[in-house]
Amino acid sequence: MSASRARWLPLAAFGGILALLAAGVWLSRDPDRDALPSPLIGKPAPAFDLPVLGDPERRVTQADLRGAPYLLNVWGSWCPGCREEHAVVAAFANTQRVRVIGFNWKDEPGDATRWLAQFGDPYALVLADYDGRAAIEWGIYGAPETFLVDAAGTVVWKHVGPMTDATIREQLLPQVERLEAR
Amino acid sequence: MLPELGQIALLLALVAAVLQTVLPLLGAQRGLAPWMAAARPAAYAQWALTFIAWAILTAAFVQQDFSVRYVAENSNSLLPMVYRFTAVWGGHEGSLLLWVFVLACWNAAVAWFSRSLPDVVLARVLGVMGAVCLGFLAFLIFTSNPFERILPMPLEGRDLNPLLQDPGMIVHPPMLYIGYSGFMVPFAFAIAALLDGKVDAHWLRWTRPWTNVSWAFLTIGIALGSWWAYYELGWGGWWFWDPVENASFMPWLAGAALIHSQAVTEKRGSFHGWTLLLAIATFSLSLLGAFLVRSGVLTSVHSFAADPTRGLFILVFLGLVVGGSLLLYALRAPDGRDGKPFAATSRETLLLANNLLLVAACAMVLLGTLYPLLADALNLGKISVGPPYFGLLFLLLMTPLVLLLPFGPLTRWQNEDVSRPLRMLLPWAVLALIAATLAFFTAPQGPWKVAMGVAGAVWVAGGTARFVWTRLRAPGGRMGAEMTGMVLGHLGISVFLIGALLVEGLNVQREVALLPGQSLTIGRDAFVLDGVLHHVGPNYESDRGTVRMLQGDRLVATLHPEKRTYASGGQVMTETAIRPGVSRDVYVALGEPLGGGAWAVRVHIKPFVRWVWAGAFLMALGGFVTATDRRFRRPRRERTA
Amino acid sequence: MIRAVLLALLLCLAWPQAAHAQVAIDAAPLRFVDDAEERRFHALVAELRCVMCQNQSLADSNAQIARDLRREVLDLMRAGHDDAAIKAHLVARYGEFVLYRPQIGPATWLLWFGPLLLIVAGGVVIARIVVARRASTPLPPDDTETW
Repeated sequence: MSASRARWLPLAAFGGILALLAAGVWLSRDPDRDALPSPLIGKPAPAFDLPVLGDPERRVTQADLRGAPYLLNVWGSWCPGCREEHAVVAAFANTQRVRVIGFNWKDEPGDATRWLAQFGDPYALVLADYDGRAAIEWGIYGAPETFLVDAAGTVVWKHVGPMTDATIREQLLPQVERLEAR
Repeated sequence: MLPELGQIALLLALVAAVLQTVLPLLGAQRGLAPWMAAARPAAYAQWALTFIAWAILTAAFVQQDFSVRYVAENSNSLLPMVYRFTAVWGGHEGSLLLWVFVLACWNAAVAWFSRSLPDVVLARVLGVMGAVCLGFLAFLIFTSNPFERILPMPLEGRDLNPLLQDPGMIVHPPMLYIGYSGFMVPFAFAIAALLDGKVDAHWLRWTRPWTNVSWAFLTIGIALGSWWAYYELGWGGWWFWDPVENASFMPWLAGAALIHSQAVTEKRGSFHGWTLLLAIATFSLSLLGAFLVRSGVLTSVHSFAADPTRGLFILVFLGLVVGGSLLLYALRAPDGRDGKPFAATSRETLLLANNLLLVAACAMVLLGTLYPLLADALNLGKISVGPPYFGLLFLLLMTPLVLLLPFGPLTRWQNEDVSRPLRMLLPWAVLALIAATLAFFTAPQGPWKVAMGVAGAVWVAGGTARFVWTRLRAPGGRMGAEMTGMVLGHLGISVFLIGALLVEGLNVQREVALLPGQSLTIGRDAFVLDGVLHHVGPNYESDRGTVRMLQGDRLVATLHPEKRTYASGGQVMTETAIRPGVSRDVYVALGEPLGGGAWAVRVHIKPFVRWVWAGAFLMALGGFVTATDRRFRRPRRERTA
Repeated sequence: MIRAVLLALLLCLAWPQAAHAQVAIDAAPLRFVDDAEERRFHALVAELRCVMCQNQSLADSNAQIARDLRREVLDLMRAGHDDAAIKAHLVARYGEFVLYRPQIGPATWLLWFGPLLLIVAGGVVIARIVVARRASTPLPPDDTETW
């Protein structure tokens, strides 16, 4: 490279870095930016065998849930974000389009039951994962998180963080419609 | 009333900065002496006004004036007095005001100490510095006003982040900012030289002490940050390759390269263009660091609260300053063929290698820090780049540097017969290998790291000692300040190598559940948990443990790790208890309460960890000592062309 | 319970708006069979990222998910899986984000080999400079500058 051409190299390199940083500023405007994309999308829901909250003798596995789609909502009585989104989850459950299954994560059963009594229980069923091992299979790393699983047991959508009406309207419902169209 | 005066002071400082930029630069262009003469007074005015603003903000904290939003967000009625002073730089706005004040200090210092500089040069240098100060002041006033009021006034403040209520917090940011902003001086000189079209040794001799001192302050700032993270964050590490740490390390690496490059250019007249470019790059990296920390573009453990609009402002500022400088460089950089010729085996070549390795290391850190962002932007997914990457590549790049280091001082300029330095250093190489082998076989664990650390340290220390001996034995042998500084700096590297590699290889950590009365044994040491009691502090409550450290029956130390809950926000902090030592640190932290009076207790034994910071301080000392060399202070009035 | 929530939130140094939270249950430290297992565990866990935290390794984090994942890693170690298999297990559930040592592949060639390329390019440049600066006749070493 000739010496005169080489002088422009630092400016060019800086231009590239600046463009990248500008992209970074642009991307950081999205509040959902830090959410991890799930590697489970398009794959079968992980196998599990969990007791039901309040009825520990009764156990549910992923095979039991096949046949109709379901929304798996991860929550805990200790989680403030879950309380935030609870009304939204309840409203969606009321539409009865897709059954909503609760996934009570790392919670004392007494606390969880009391929380449901206080804030309402929109769930068709609540699974209790006390030690958190099943949650790891789902790639859950915080609450609230929500999964949409189709009738065949494949994970089609995941949302990290509290859901809002906008989330339901713009993201979940289109997914549900796609499933119903099949 | 006072906060409004503070705002006015800042606005007036902005005016002074505008005057300091426009008048001298135009004056230098057109040869208007009165305009050029405006530079110094403007610089002093700016200093006085920013000092007033800073004093007013400090007063607001001391008086607990919660009607000022920034004070309300970073203070609390229970906050101890000493932390009210340091809370001034605990958040974004205040730390930016500190940065602006430090810039003004450097500004005034250059104005004061520049009697020997020709007027045109001084005018250009101060003009460029004025522009930088202008940008920061504008950013402060228009997007991050520390004097903004909050109405209605809250009765209680939110409190200073408990992590920052700590002595280390008092000194770390100012040192860091002094270092970062100090690089503005060689930057301004480089721009002035490019504007002038003439680059000669005079400007270099003038700039060198400023560069060395800035670099020394930055070294101290980084070392303090590392030490503070070590004892405050409860994880026992001293460096995490976190984006914010990398943001300070990049200008440090570039600054180290700059120090060496300036030495070559001053003494041999070679590589002017490269030295100019490095000066621009080092300050650009300081600005980039400011951007990364305050914009929220990268997720990090200790960045300030993220704000994309602020990020955009700094980005535009960065684009103008760095882009403008590099454009000027592309158009005006001096010809490559300057300076005295030299052979392939010469100190010049070694210094080129030094620069290549340091710059490559800096580029590697930049690449690794920005790569997750790049991958995200290109939709390649979310990936992490962490210590396994940085540590490995840094080791690979620094190994040749450490190997070549002792050759540098012993190789003469222009042409050297390779066998001569080889002959002088061979005994030290042998000694290093013997020491390494001994270390390898006696290390209880991590033999390779221990051996590498010992080998590197003995090699560098021995080679440096050999240089000192050669120098003192030569006729008229004296060590000037510059040489002494270099020796101290290189010895600092040797000490640092011991700390960094040996602590990695030899550190031991255990975490167990203990009931009061039970103990944990590591080697010869037993740690007995006597109990955990409730304790009340000025603005917190804590569970305070008592752990006795015994060797056999002998009580070696009583340690008090704590878990504090701060009254203001309920935040819980782990206060570790450390027994420092030259050969090792003993580090005890409380984990969670486990019910039934049992507690999780974590003990780390960290051999030689203090050598990390001792090495850094030696390097900083070297930087300071070099700057005092009489050659730099000899006033030489150059005839104006 | 509130203390536990705040404990978990702060221990993670999560931003205030992160309503995405965890809880503190089962905080008992892990027990190791022997030194070798403990060393392998610490080395492995230092290379994994706490997916919830801003920038902490699985070794350093006190977050609940980090504790659960550490237990999971130890279980997998005891089940006989090697380090690569354990990493793959976690990547299948959390994505590549969980690895602090990025996998070498087309997406990361620039990352892993960029610095090497820079060294090589820089070496070539230095070689050309040195060749260009050589004088026609051999030069003496210059000791006139004391420094």
